[in-house]
Order: sequence, then C-alpha cells, then structure tokens
Amino acid sequence: MIQPPLRIVLAKIGFDGHDRGLRMVARMLRDAGCEVIYLGLRQTTENVVAVVEQEDADAVGLSMHNAQHLTLAPRMVAALRNADLEVPVILGGVIPDQDVAPLMDAGVAVILGPGSSAEKVVSAVRTAVASRS
Amino acid sequence: MKRDSVSPTDLLQVARSGNRHAVGRLLSLVEKGGTIADEVAATTHPLSGDARIIGITGPPGSGKSTLVSQLLKVITQAGLKPAVIAVDPSSPLTGGAILGDRVRIDATDTGTFIRSIATRGHAGGLALGVPGGVRVLDAVGYDPIIIETVGVGQVEVDVTATADTTIVVANPGTGDAVQANKAGLLEVADIFVVNKSDLAGADDARRDLELMLDLSHMTGQEDPTGRRPPIVMANSLDGSGSIELWSAIVAHGNHLVSTGQIKGRRAARARAELHSRAADRLLAALDQTIDSPAGRAIVDALQNKDISPTEASDQLIRPILRQD
Repeated sequence: MIQPPLRIVLAKIGFDGHDRGLRMVARMLRDAGCEVIYLGLRQTTENVVAVVEQEDADAVGLSMHNAQHLTLAPRMVAALRNADLEVPVILGGVIPDQDVAPLMDAGVAVILGPGSSAEKVVSAVRTAVASRS
Repeated sequence: MKRDSVSPTDLLQVARSGNRHAVGRLLSLVEKGGTIADEVAATTHPLSGDARIIGITGPPGSGKSTLVSQLLKVITQAGLKPAVIAVDPSSPLTGGAILGDRVRIDATDTGTFIRSIATRGHAGGLALGVPGGVRVLDAVGYDPIIIETVGVGQVEVDVTATADTTIVVANPGTGDAVQANKAGLLEVADIFVVNKSDLAGADDARRDLELMLDLSHMTGQEDPTGRRPPIVMANSLDGSGSIELWSAIVAHGNHLVSTGQIKGRRAARARAELHSRAADRLLAALDQTIDSPAGRAIVDALQNKDISPTEASDQLIRPILRQD
C-alpha cells in the first residue's frame, strides 16, 4: 500500500514575528509531498501538543528567531513526551553554534540553520520521522 | 500508545473515553483508506447518526475559517461539543498540501476538536476521508460537526451530500446579480452569509442574493416546503452575526425534522458515500487493468488503429465488470 503523506505541524512559539522562513519551509515540505499543518505565529506549547494530537502529526517544526530557543524548545519536547507523543521536534531559525549541543541533549531531533536547502530540510524531516521510537 | 499496534475497536474505546490522540489516529486510519479504513467504518457506523452536520463553503478568502472561529464560541456557549473538519486542497503535482485553516480558527478557548484534511486527489472539494471522518467524530460524541471546504467552482454540491445544513459564504464586491445567478454554489445553500459586512457594498450583495432567491421562486427551484434560505450579515472582526447564524442553523435543523426532509438528506448522504467508495474501487481496478500486459495490448491496438476507441474501452472494462 502507498504510504500516506507525512503530516508536519509548523509553528512559532511565543513573541516572535519573523515567519518568513517558516512559510518557506512550509512550501518546501508541501512541494516534497508533505501535508503541512501550518499554525504560524504566537503559539503556545500547550496548543501545539493539542494540535499534534488532533492532527495525528508525524513531526513538529519550530522556527525560532527570538533567542528563546534554550527555554522554549526543551519545553516543547518535554510537553510532547508528557502527552505520550513520540513526535520529533525539528528546530529552525537562528540558533548559535554553542546552543546546538544543549538543545540536542534536551531531545531536539534536528537543527536546521539559515540557508538550509529544500533537499536538506526535507531529508532531515524524513530521517527524523523514520527514526522515532 | 505505540503506533499501528492498536486495533480500531480498542482505539475507538480509548477515543470515547476522551483521548484526543486516539480520535486523531482513527481519523488518520480513515484517511489512509483500504481495509483498515473499512474496519474503522464498520466499528463507528453503529455508533453514529446523531450529530448535526453543518457544511460551510464559499470562495477562497471569503472568511470561512474566521466565521467558523466565531461560530464555535456561540456553539460552545450553548453547551455543545463541536468538532471541525477543515478541508484544503492537495497539490495535484506533488500530493503535498498546506493546511492553513488553523491559523484563523482559534480553538484554544473553546476546546474544539479540529482536524485538517487534504483532498488527496479527490475532486469535488471534499476528500474521500470526510464521510468516514464525520462518522468517527459522531461516534466519539461530537455534535455538531462542522465541515469547512474549499469553495471553487460548482463542485461544492459535494458538501450538501454530506451535510444536513449547508452554509454558503459570500462577500461584498464580488460581482453583480448575474454573477450570483450563474454560480451553482448558490443553489445548494440552506443559509447564506454575507461575510465582511463592514465593507462597502454589503447591502448590495444582500440585495443580489435576495433577487436570486426571488428568481428561484419563479423558476421552480425553491424548496418544496416553501422555505426560503435566510441571509445572515456577519463580520468576524467583531463577531457580529454569529449568534444569528447559529439561530438560523438550529431553525433549519428543526425544519428538516418537522418536514421529514432529514430522511431524504441522510439517504442522499449514504448514496453519495457509497458512490464515492465504489467509484474509487472501480478506478483502482481500471488503473490496474490498463497497465497490465492485456491493457497495454489494447492501448497498442488502439494506437495502430486496429480497433476503434469504443471497442478499446469495451475490451478494457469487460473483465472488470465481470468480476463477482
């Protein structure tokens, strides 16, 4: 049987108005055959968890341009795990190099920096989904 | 819960106990199609049939999602437990989709269950998963169930096949009475909404719709019971019109019951779903046959002008139609 399309939730959490990159990622994933559940700006971790449940999503993509990634990304991972959702969290946006290791330790699946190609974004998402427990 | 290791029956039990992820997973199984979707249909069918089903359609950008967001507040204040299926188109080229209705529907304060569904190649504005999805939400206890669909062309007639009450959303400034008349969309409406009623031309839009309804009376297209679809003026910026819209939906629901029309609508719905399922099976069989060695031989024969197009299609479908 043909596998159904991957369903990816895309959101920005907290006070962060820079959604241009996220909209580009949405288009990249759509053109790669994914179904993108686009939430956009000013989301909460609680809302993203609720959406992942209702949409039965395969992955969550967060875009961070507000320098709160060290707080919000681990909180997103923990909120999903607490809800018993084995869904990888993929981080994009402006993430300084020294923050990568602590974020990966906190359970973030992939970090994609500015300038990532569509191929890189799509293959990172597919790999992250395939390797979930 | 490990994925794909739970039967639809167990999932339904967990879903009915209030687990929203179980509801979400059942909906995924429905969308996946095939035997697993059939199992879900068999499990949920006996438990469904009670929920009111409301279809909302209209051109892209007419404010359907924002209107739904306002309507949800009224519905939850009335003590009901609504769910929404929001349908957006899949790309015909890649199969991908951007499902963006949640950007406009604020469900955080109403706690509504919302599912975004892509059309996945099914024409008609309604994805194949929609009737099955409605049945899941109904069986879990959601009522009413709102289906929001992409409104392009005349194919929205599909909405009426699934909904008890169909709402058509129109806007000011989208054309004169002639435009309103030629759109097949308008003939399926049980309720009209002139949305963005704060914009210039809202009264003109209302007048054009009224005129169109007057003409329906003259051409015999009116409802046999004499009911005339109401026109609700709404503005989602301040929420005005959403209480009136809900009253109109309730009134139409009562009308369907008191006139017995509800039976006809639900029979039409069952027929439409059956037709859609059967067509899907037939198309799958056709695709398989046409790409088989025998099918390719028929294509070659047609190309070499050994047989006529009619003969070719007769030869192709004969083995499919003969199957028991």
